[in-house]
Amino acid sequence: MDSEYRDILHRCFRCGWCKLPTNYADFNCPAYLKHRFESFASGGRMWLIRAWTEGEITPSERFNQILFSCVTCGNCVEACAMDKIRDKLVDVFVAARRDLVEEGRIPPGVRDYFKAVSVSGNPYKRPAEETGLWAADLDIEEYNGHEYLLYAGSVASFDDPGMRMARSAAKLFKQAGLSFGTLKGEEVDDGNDLRASGEQALADFLASRNIETFNRKGVGKIITISPHSFHTMRKDYPALGGTFEVYHYSQVLALLVMQGALVPGGFGAEVTYHDPCYLGRWNKEYFSSRRVLGELKGTSVREMDRSMQNALCCGGGGGNFFTDILGTGRDLSSRARVREALDTGAGTLVVSCPQCYRMLDDAVKAEGAQDRLRVRDLAEVVSASAGDA
Amino acid sequence: MDRIKDRLEEIVGKDYVSCSAEERFIYSRDQGVQEPSEPDYVVLPATSEEVREIVLLANEAKVPVVPMGGGLVLSGLTVPLKGGIVLDMKRMNRILEVNENSHYAVVEAGTSQGMLDAYLRKHHPRLKHSLPDAPPVATIAGNIAIHGSGHLSQSEGGFHSEMVTGLEVVLPTGELVKLGSCSTVSAWFSRAPLPDLAGLFLGWNGTTGVITKVGIKLFPRQAHHDVLIFMTEDVDAAPDILFRVIHTGMAEDINYALSPKPDYLSGFQMIVINVTAHREDELALKLRIIRESLRDYFETKEAGFMPMPPNMKAGLLEVPQKALSRFADVRKGGGFEYVGAIMPLEKIPDACRAGMEITERNGITYSLGARIIGRGHSAMFFFAYPFNRADKDEIRRVRSALEETNEEAIRLGGIPWKAEAAGQKLILGSMEPATYELMKKVRTLLDPNGIMNPGNWEV
Repeated sequence: MDSEYRDILHRCFRCGWCKLPTNYADFNCPAYLKHRFESFASGGRMWLIRAWTEGEITPSERFNQILFSCVTCGNCVEACAMDKIRDKLVDVFVAARRDLVEEGRIPPGVRDYFKAVSVSGNPYKRPAEETGLWAADLDIEEYNGHEYLLYAGSVASFDDPGMRMARSAAKLFKQAGLSFGTLKGEEVDDGNDLRASGEQALADFLASRNIETFNRKGVGKIITISPHSFHTMRKDYPALGGTFEVYHYSQVLALLVMQGALVPGGFGAEVTYHDPCYLGRWNKEYFSSRRVLGELKGTSVREMDRSMQNALCCGGGGGNFFTDILGTGRDLSSRARVREALDTGAGTLVVSCPQCYRMLDDAVKAEGAQDRLRVRDLAEVVSASAGDA
Repeated sequence: MDRIKDRLEEIVGKDYVSCSAEERFIYSRDQGVQEPSEPDYVVLPATSEEVREIVLLANEAKVPVVPMGGGLVLSGLTVPLKGGIVLDMKRMNRILEVNENSHYAVVEAGTSQGMLDAYLRKHHPRLKHSLPDAPPVATIAGNIAIHGSGHLSQSEGGFHSEMVTGLEVVLPTGELVKLGSCSTVSAWFSRAPLPDLAGLFLGWNGTTGVITKVGIKLFPRQAHHDVLIFMTEDVDAAPDILFRVIHTGMAEDINYALSPKPDYLSGFQMIVINVTAHREDELALKLRIIRESLRDYFETKEAGFMPMPPNMKAGLLEVPQKALSRFADVRKGGGFEYVGAIMPLEKIPDACRAGMEITERNGITYSLGARIIGRGHSAMFFFAYPFNRADKDEIRRVRSALEETNEEAIRLGGIPWKAEAAGQKLILGSMEPATYELMKKVRTLLDPNGIMNPGNWEV
């Protein structure tokens, strides 16, 4: 492990602030919430990694499960009491995963995820030429010097809810007259969740391929559907030669609404909004979606107890969306989040991340709440308000 | 085949039992300097009935049971000194009832301080409970089981164990009992007028049963809050200053602190006085009365109220304070050890001197202080020693300081709080023989197989 991280392992007091949000509403670490053993909290993980580096324990199947169960939501970073280590907590977990990956000690689900992406460039094992098919009937131009490149990413390219998001957003952009294009068959996975899972080399390779494509086409500004893409393109791509202006689609929708290019109508239902970790906690973007929702006529946003920096993660980050290390059960954070959304009395749970969309949509079914709560993406809600449902 | 593990899995479910090296490692130690000792099983029950079945199994198999709440005690009280089952109670975290009129809440034993506080803020904003200085994941039950104290201990009635209105407990032999009014009628409003059996489980560190539910007193939550710090270099003045502030009846929480850092404050005694009020003018009046009570001191110009920068004030108004957890990193090493000693207020100056001598002798640093309990009825004096977890020699020196501090606390006329097993032996060694024998009888009667947290309060 890098000495930068090795040297802070012993500085975790394991005081447990990291388990809760800053308002203490409930356990807010998805891995701890699910398993409830101290070992699955960030403090426990820090102590176990230290024990591993000191030779006090040997990596086992359980150790891997503990390490790979972190969904990199960043709640521990937000809540940790120790100013000198808090910003590095998730980095330590990712670094430890990197070491496990290098040693070839990874859970089968993680191995399968890596294999799929390394073979196909995306976790869905779909050929590269299919990456733009989500937009096949939308008459969207291939990127050719437009102001923006709309990058869908793997989940919005191949997973149904994500595809609906991408299509809704693209239609709104067209309606507003935005200059944008997409890549036809040239996108590869953004690499964010691979990086978080410890497979840095593959993540760098994919990022470099995207960067090479973007640079070759003269892309300057990128709109991402996924907050995960948004995050890694801003944080990791510059060091690999990819410096772009990167926006999340919610930010562009907010801009278009403010400019009057998009005019939301009435939605006719109360909504609650789920902050995606890679937009919120990691990039402090809490307001664009709320700004857009605030323009819906006759609708108000009912905040959950845990919102903005305190939001409970859907459990789909850090690779878990693809590896399913957290498994199933009532204590999954996605199901807890749905129960929290139900408590607000809102009939619609608005998301702005394709991974959150799938995780929470599945959780609504698992909770048997289909008749009380519907998960919809921000762009779908805006489209519906304008009568284009 | 591990028959006990199979039975445990039948009781709580496979996901909530572990014998893995990782859980055995984590549950073998706390954040202090005690030596680790591994459990054989870590079990996470979800109901009182599950706890009861686990205890029955432990009796049958003669396996120790160690209940654990937040696991933040620092003195190894939840480390299974003789192996066995660690019962991590945090899945039992439902808030069962809040009675606004009678000012109490009933919670399951694993409910954290922070979650009760958040629940009250949302659903009963006129009420609050007394929060300890521990991180918010500390549990209500864990804290009352060790006679913890908190930010309302001065103004609202003493140790948190004194704020208990009722208990549900699984006895070491498996019976589920209710204690207090809830044993006789449905409400959990009081331990009086019944014989006070709750005392059999308060301060016993989980050696007489497993607390599964707690009734706890609630108090008015005021809208306005401020803090004053009175400073003096005269260590012997502390008892009188504290007496004067206590007697105004205006303070919610009164703490005393002494720390070598920052350098320019070294040697200053700081009396931290938290004041709350329902109205702004009430707050201003309370602050004025407190200031007035110390006029003699600040007119001498040897003492005075400290002007506080906003960020410092904001930190002191936090309940609980994150800064107290940060103390663990003073030595850039994520650890501190702590001897709390319950003692009479007049012993504070001697305790300060003793603490400084001990730390100097052992080559370590310190933070010393006290929380006033009740209207000056006692002080919970803390000797806190930060250490670097990566420095084995410093850990050894802190352990040595801890042992010396326990001895010194007793010599001064205090009693170490939540003492580690060795500290408990010191206390028992100073105890009246008849009291010791009574403790022994109680334990033998309640726990004939000696399964409950053995190695602690061993009589």
